[in-house]
Amino acid sequence: MNLRRIGADFTVVFRSYTRNPVALFFSLIFPIILIALFGLSFSAVGTSTTTVYVVNDDHGSVPSQQFLAELNATHVVSVQLVHVNASSFASWLGKNDEPVGLVIPSGFGTAYSTNASVNVTVYTDPLDAADSGVALGAIDEVVNEFNLGHIRASCGTGPGCAPVVGLDTAQVGSPVYRYIDYLIPGLIGFSILTSPMFSLVDISSSYRKEGIFRELSLTPLTRAEWLTSRVLWYVALTLVSAGIMIGTGVFLFGAHVTLTLGVLPFLVVGPFFFVSLGMLCGSVAKTPESAALIGNIVTFPMMFLSGTFFSVSSFPPALKAVAHVLPLYYVIDGMNQVMLFANTSRALGDLAVVVVGSVVVFALAVRVFRWRDE
Amino acid sequence: MAAAVEVDGLVKRYGTLTAVDKIRFQVPPGTVFAFLGPNGAGKTTTVEILEGLRRATEGRVQVLGHDPWTEGAEVHRRIGVIPQDFRFFEKITAREAIEYYRALFATDVDPWELLARVELTDKANARFDTLSGGQKQKLGLALSLTNRPEICFLDEPTTGLDPHARRAIWAVIRTLRREGRTVFLTTHYLEEAQLLADHVAIIHHGRIIASGTPEEIIREHGHPPRLRVQAPPELAARLRQELGVTVRVDGPSVVVDLADRRDTLRVLSAIDRSGLPWEAVATEADTLEDVFVRMVGQMDDGALPTETPR
Repeated sequence: MNLRRIGADFTVVFRSYTRNPVALFFSLIFPIILIALFGLSFSAVGTSTTTVYVVNDDHGSVPSQQFLAELNATHVVSVQLVHVNASSFASWLGKNDEPVGLVIPSGFGTAYSTNASVNVTVYTDPLDAADSGVALGAIDEVVNEFNLGHIRASCGTGPGCAPVVGLDTAQVGSPVYRYIDYLIPGLIGFSILTSPMFSLVDISSSYRKEGIFRELSLTPLTRAEWLTSRVLWYVALTLVSAGIMIGTGVFLFGAHVTLTLGVLPFLVVGPFFFVSLGMLCGSVAKTPESAALIGNIVTFPMMFLSGTFFSVSSFPPALKAVAHVLPLYYVIDGMNQVMLFANTSRALGDLAVVVVGSVVVFALAVRVFRWRDE
Repeated sequence: MAAAVEVDGLVKRYGTLTAVDKIRFQVPPGTVFAFLGPNGAGKTTTVEILEGLRRATEGRVQVLGHDPWTEGAEVHRRIGVIPQDFRFFEKITAREAIEYYRALFATDVDPWELLARVELTDKANARFDTLSGGQKQKLGLALSLTNRPEICFLDEPTTGLDPHARRAIWAVIRTLRREGRTVFLTTHYLEEAQLLADHVAIIHHGRIIASGTPEEIIREHGHPPRLRVQAPPELAARLRQELGVTVRVDGPSVVVDLADRRDTLRVLSAIDRSGLPWEAVATEADTLEDVFVRMVGQMDDGALPTETPR
């Protein structure tokens, strides 16, 4: 690897890119448009619906039915009754890979009617903080509404009135997240995927067809150096576009994301992975047309199934399984963990997957990528 | 002095197709060598083998004393190549392109000097996608000189260019020769080869059918010089009878083969003495193109075997 040659090639990429308005639009402006579109569309709703599995041990008392009806009416969560023993409910949730559960204890209705205090228990999965946070926020809101209604109806505003329904959590409580909070890491991931993939797939086949690779093959520039300069360019582009997207999300839509250095590894390794993958896809194709086809087949499922626009935890089990084999899922999940949930250990796990994947795909791309066909 | 390029028994097969069939030639250093042939003759395959872009099936190839396939990096450091229909990064200017190559080759050439050399100074800050075809070829030529190459491989560098651009590239080729660099030129323009080349090889169906200096090839394979005079057909019989020369009637003209330069005066005197009316008189000689067309045609008809090159 020769740094002078990498620098020279980087300069050429920088100039080519910054003089191409279409490329700049799709790299820097298009994600902002997506943030605006999705942010405006979903900010009123808050987030997609999360299923809350409920064990109602009060056997259908009117207050418990009313509580669940109000929970359903939030449209943030949907209630699904299950008949499971409350003592084994936590393990049932774990076994079924469901992140959120609620137990209404027996005597809930009686306690409510007699102004005695009673607690519902919310089970949340810290490894699925997205759904947990959403459900916890919705249940908390319904508990508050429920208490307020009860106080107004039963006690007026006189002294001695107190909330009757309390909230127990089986896990440490999570803050409440809104759709826009997830959208920021999701769209940064979208940008990390699409810009290098579409560009490299196109370049790798068209440069070969036009003979530009042939000309470069007659210079001292190596394939690894050429690919490295592309990786560096897309890392730089990602840093800029991520900054713009975070700024837009925070200042225009009030997104709550934590700006931490922990997100940097994902902004570096993500482009590293997808530049290499784009090059690999373009190199195995014989023509620009087949390269575009292969690129689309690889890119589109990742674009929608990796948690870019909607949380993977809201997917049905089959799609969840698919998401877990997509590399972009680990990039976005890792950024969610550091920007939203402060879950370093899970972020490190995600990062490890992306780093190993990047090294393997880069090595494969350098091996498969040929300056020319013999 | 060792040859700049040495090819001995080179064979290149693609499956059952033999694109190049046991060809031999040498290119002396500091000369312009023109490699000619019709489309599909094996020119580009041969050139790409010399450039280290393709592997020979059989035979020995040396460029500046190195095998271009196994020692490609060393060869590429010392050669310059301009391909047919040169393409480059569209949004990069001519000056930036040279600066890019200068960094890749770690040389200290002055981009402005190179641009001036190919008459492209006024387009220094023009992006590649705004250049005309001729200007793109000139930039390709400038880039091929960035590493101050000992051999320049120019693959049809003037195809499709206007006469002015062609002459600019010819001027660069002449300068390269004066500087002692070797130029390996493939071209469709036979007049270009005749004008520029010290040595020529003609390849057809993968075999070399003629080689030598342009003059040697014309002398060996062409028709003798001729005198063409517009005159009545009776003049042909008079000249044949009086001088014993080979004469034919070609439309309104009588054409006389000239064995040597002194024949010209003898024929002119005889025409004068004949008293027959005559008008325009002109001498004719075969060009490399005449010879090329004739040889390729004869070979296609099976009338001409391949030669063993000198």
